[in-house]
Amino acid sequence: MNAVGTSLTSLLGEARRAARAYPTLLRVGLSEVVAYRAEFVVWILTTNMPFVMLAIWHAVASDGPVGRFGQKDFIAYYLGGWVIRLLTSTWLVWELSMEIRAGTLSARLLRPLHPLFAFSAQHLAALPMRLLIVTPVVAALVWLAGDRLAIRDPRILLIFLGAMVGAWLLIFFVMVLLGSLSFFLESAVGVFEVWLALFAVMSGYLVPLELLPAWVGRIARLSPFDSMLAFPLETLIGLRSLGTALRDLLTQWAYVAVLAAAGLSVWRRGVRRYVAFGG
Amino acid sequence: MSYAWPVVEVLELTKTFRVHRRAPGVRAAFGSVFHRPTESVNAVQGLSFRIGEGERVGFLGPNGAGKTTTLKMLSGLLHPTAGRVTVAGYVPFRRDPAFLKQITLVMGQKQQLLWDLPPAETYAMNRALYEIPRAQAEETIRELVAVLEIGDLVNKPTRQLSLGERMKCELVAALLHRPRVLFLDEPTIGLDVSMQAKMRAFIRHYNERFRAAVLLTSHYMDDVTALCPRVIVIDHGKLIYDGDLKVLVRQIRPDKRLTLRLSTLIERAALEKIATVISYEGGQAVLSVPPERLNVTVQTVLATLPVMDLAVEDPPLEEVMREMFKGPVPAAESVDPTSTRADEAGVG
Repeated sequence: MNAVGTSLTSLLGEARRAARAYPTLLRVGLSEVVAYRAEFVVWILTTNMPFVMLAIWHAVASDGPVGRFGQKDFIAYYLGGWVIRLLTSTWLVWELSMEIRAGTLSARLLRPLHPLFAFSAQHLAALPMRLLIVTPVVAALVWLAGDRLAIRDPRILLIFLGAMVGAWLLIFFVMVLLGSLSFFLESAVGVFEVWLALFAVMSGYLVPLELLPAWVGRIARLSPFDSMLAFPLETLIGLRSLGTALRDLLTQWAYVAVLAAAGLSVWRRGVRRYVAFGG
Repeated sequence: MSYAWPVVEVLELTKTFRVHRRAPGVRAAFGSVFHRPTESVNAVQGLSFRIGEGERVGFLGPNGAGKTTTLKMLSGLLHPTAGRVTVAGYVPFRRDPAFLKQITLVMGQKQQLLWDLPPAETYAMNRALYEIPRAQAEETIRELVAVLEIGDLVNKPTRQLSLGERMKCELVAALLHRPRVLFLDEPTIGLDVSMQAKMRAFIRHYNERFRAAVLLTSHYMDDVTALCPRVIVIDHGKLIYDGDLKVLVRQIRPDKRLTLRLSTLIERAALEKIATVISYEGGQAVLSVPPERLNVTVQTVLATLPVMDLAVEDPPLEEVMREMFKGPVPAAESVDPTSTRADEAGVG
C-alpha cells in the first residue's frame, strides 16, 4: 500500500510539474514546427492514401452504392478519415528509435521531467499547424458532404471529441510501446512498418470496415485499431448510433489505459537497458 | 579550505555490458541471424572514490578506460551492474527530479540546444523544466552571457553558430539551473586554444562562485592541469590512482623541465654536456633534469649559456599519461575510498 501511495504521489508530482512546464513546452514546440514548416507540410502531404482510395471508390460507386456507401458517403468517409488521421497521428516511433540508437535520448533523460511528457508537448504543439493544413479539407467536406456529418447532434459531437482525444492518446502510447522496442532491438522501425500495414487494413484507413470480408471486419472492430480511426470517423459521419458510439468510447478509453500501461512498462524496462551510445 | 561533505560517493561501482560479437563477412552475417554470440565486457570494475563539495577533479585514463561510462552512471543515464553510487544524496539511476536539478552532464560531442531555434529558446524550455524562477533565470543568463562573452548569439539559430559559440551557449543551458555537481566530458573538444582557455576560466569561475563539485574528463591535458588539483586515473575500468596531480607527476616523471630561450645560437653538444636535451630549435631548448640536480643545473646554465629567459616546469601531463599507460600499471597511490581526498589535495 505504501509503495502504491509513493508511486501515486510521485505520479501526481510529475503531472503537476508537467502542467506547469506545458505552456512553455508547447510554445517552444510550435516555434520548432514553424522553423521546419516547409519540411512539415511536405511530410503531411505524404499522407495521401485516403485521396487515392477516394478516387477509386468514387468511381466504383458511380454505378450504384457499395453496401451502405454511395459516392457522397465515400467523400465524407475519406475526407473525414484524412482529417482525423492528420490530427491524431504522431511520429514518435521514428524519434524514439533514432534517439535511442544515437544516444541523444540522454539529454531528455537528464531533464527533471519525464521525457514522454516532453514528447507529448512537442507533438501537440504541431496541432495548430496541422489544423491550418486540414482547414481547406474540412471546408470541402462540409461543402460536398455536410449532410452526412452527424456531429450536429451535440451528444454525438461530445463523443466525437472524446474519441479524438482517445485516438490521439491511443496512437501516442502505441508509438511509445513500439518506439521503446528500440531499447531491445537494433531498430523498432521494422516492427512499426508491420504495425502500419495492420493499421491500414484494420482501422478502416484504406477500406471502410464494413466493406471488408465479414470475419476480418469482426476482428478489426474488436481490435484497438478500430478505436484509432474507424470509431471516431464512423461516429463523425453517422455510421454508429449514439448507443454504439458511447459503448465504443468506453472501449476506446479502456484500450488507452491498457496501452498506456503496456507502453510505460516497456519504456521503464527499456530505460534500464539504455546504453547511451555516443560520447 | 575544508570539503568535509562528499557530494559524490562511489563504492565498488561496476558496469558490465553484454555485446554481440560477429566476424566480418557474409557467412558470419547469415550465421548471426540464427545465433548471436555475446560476451560480457567489464567497462567499470569495482571503482570507489569520493568527491567533496567545491572540488575540481580530473578523471583520466586511456580511450575505453571507462570514464564516460562512469560519468553516465553518476548522472543516472546508466544503471550500475553492481556497487553503490550517491550524488548529492541521491541514487542517480532513479533519476529523481530533485537529483536532476542538482547535476549537469556536459558532453562535448553531444548537444542539448534545439538545433533550429536560438539558444534563448532552449533556455526558456530549461527554465520551465527546472522550475527556475524567472528573475533567477534571467540573472543567471545575464551573468553567464557576460562571463562567456556571447551577447547576441543567444538569439541566433543554433545551427548558424560556430562550434566554439555553440559550446559556450551549451554551457549556459547546462548551468542555468545552477547545478551543484558538474560532470564534464570533454567540454573543450574541437575548440581552439584561446577558446579552451576561456572555457577553463569559466569553469573555474563557476566552481568558485557556486562551490560546485567538478569531475572533468578531457584529452586536453592542459584542461586538467589548469583546473584540477586532484586526479582520478582509471584503466580497464579500475582505479589506478586517486590523489594530488603534482604527486602523480612526480611519481611517474620525477624529472623537471628546464625551458631556455637563448640570445645566440650554440652547439647542441654544449647543452648535452649539461643535461638531457628534449628539444632544441630556433634558440629555444628544453632540458630534462633530475630534481636533485636542478639547483646545480640552473646555476650552470646561467653561468655558462647566453640565457634570455628560463623556466622550470613539471613534465607535461600528456607525457606522464603516456608513461603511465605504456608499461605495467604503477603501484597506485591508492586511497581509502571512504576518505575524501580533497583536503589532502589542498584544493581551492
